Amino acid sequence: MKKKKLVLSFPEKIVTKPITYKLVKEYDLQFNILRAEITPDVEGRMLLEVKGADEKIAEAMEYLEGVGITIQEAAKDIIIDKDTCVDCGECTSICITQALSLDEKTKRLKFKKDKCILCELCLDCCPVRAIKVNM
Amino acid sequence: MAKTIEEINEKIKKGKAVVLNAEEIIDYVEEKGVKKAASEVDVVTTATFGPMCSSGAFINFGHSDPPIKMAKAWLNDVPAYAGIAAVDVYVGATEPSETEGIKYGGAHVIEDLISGKPVKLKAISQGTDCYPRKEIETFITRDTINQAYLYNPRNAYQNYAVATNSSNRTIYTYMGKLLPRFTNATYSSAGQLSPLLNDPYYRTIGIGTRIFLGGGEGFVSWTGTQHNPARERLANGTPVGLAGTIAVTGDLKEMSSRYIRAAVFEKYGVSMFVGIGIPIPVLDEEMIEFLKVKDEDIQVEIFDYSVQRRSKPSYGKVNYRQLRSGKIKINNKSVQTGSISSYAMALEIADLLKEKVSSGSFELTNMVKPLPLDGEYRSLDILSQEEL
Repeated sequence: MKKKKLVLSFPEKIVTKPITYKLVKEYDLQFNILRAEITPDVEGRMLLEVKGADEKIAEAMEYLEGVGITIQEAAKDIIIDKDTCVDCGECTSICITQALSLDEKTKRLKFKKDKCILCELCLDCCPVRAIKVNM
Repeated sequence: MAKTIEEINEKIKKGKAVVLNAEEIIDYVEEKGVKKAASEVDVVTTATFGPMCSSGAFINFGHSDPPIKMAKAWLNDVPAYAGIAAVDVYVGATEPSETEGIKYGGAHVIEDLISGKPVKLKAISQGTDCYPRKEIETFITRDTINQAYLYNPRNAYQNYAVATNSSNRTIYTYMGKLLPRFTNATYSSAGQLSPLLNDPYYRTIGIGTRIFLGGGEGFVSWTGTQHNPARERLANGTPVGLAGTIAVTGDLKEMSSRYIRAAVFEKYGVSMFVGIGIPIPVLDEEMIEFLKVKDEDIQVEIFDYSVQRRSKPSYGKVNYRQLRSGKIKINNKSVQTGSISSYAMALEIADLLKEKVSSGSFELTNMVKPLPLDGEYRSLDILSQEEL
């Protein structure tokens, strides 16, 4: 038995329901949808925790990729380099789950990791490149 | 009871001046009234920290032996304009590197010089009898060169615009990344903290005014380019869109990379965050009326940046309080907002300047010449000589 956190990116067109159904039925996986969001930029994202046999996880990933889903290991985090950040707040406009926001009192950038779905929309919007991905 | 700048400076020298930042003055006036505030407060500090593309630096390198009359010059592979004398150049903030593109540009060169980092200078020339050298490659730092000073032709815009995107694709602009179908909107102003919004008719900010620029001392050196004071204004004097601007100058060697920062707007280009602080003398009650302006009293227009024309369709007006709440309504849709300029940094600069004025290390100046209150804002039309 193995536990893995995966980020699935799928084109808007793909209906997700039968996919998750298949993961249970055919690959005998237990899974937990930690976060899911259809971002407006023609992509859906799902942060998934799967539990199952090694080979079954591998097979399931192969199947998912076969239907057009991109899979990334979610063993990564979005990291804000506070020394580089200038607290403008541009990223807060793009953060759909509002994991990024400006503190009401200090007006400095606040990052709530538990709200982040790793959609990475914020990465290239930061004018001082203070937002990074930790692999 | 009117005060002169000389009287206020006397108080500053004695360490007795009452100084507030442009946020604090709002509550102060609400509590004590305009009359009392005008007699009790001497100086209000304003500030802004935003990407200001129209920026750059003049540099004089000193002469090499044998000397060169630089015809073309590069700093860390970023072209600098060398068509001035022999060893003077101007490096513009938005100029991209010839090897790295927009990842590194003029603004990065300026930031690196301010930080004391070595910068590679390359120049070529035809060679003349008095300047025989034809090429040079060397390293400089801010300490090896004669002069380096910022000359920013258009900074501290008196209000700006809100940018959004109605189209079906993500667009990349100088107002940042705009997601399709009105998903987000961006804006860029320090609002209630912003210098020219606190002195809307330029009574105290004019040519010659001493300012805080990028961590050092600077001056308003001229009217900013595209200065457009004739813009529609609210009763409180604040313009609803892009209006007044200032050109500023200051010694780069005195600056800090905390207050001058290179910026890269993805798929757009390089810009530079410039930190500017301006102390405003409380001359009389009219100044307090201006200085008490708050975010909700300042309006700005929403434009659709997906329309690639000079005039973009407007989606109405909002105020800065609504913008700072993180959400506005466009066409009845709730749209997330974000600022391109940093309110936190503007506040930090306003407080720093407040400290400098309070402690007597920053005196106020009388302007030498006011910024114009009228003038035409021209567009560029494509004309033949006969049509001119």
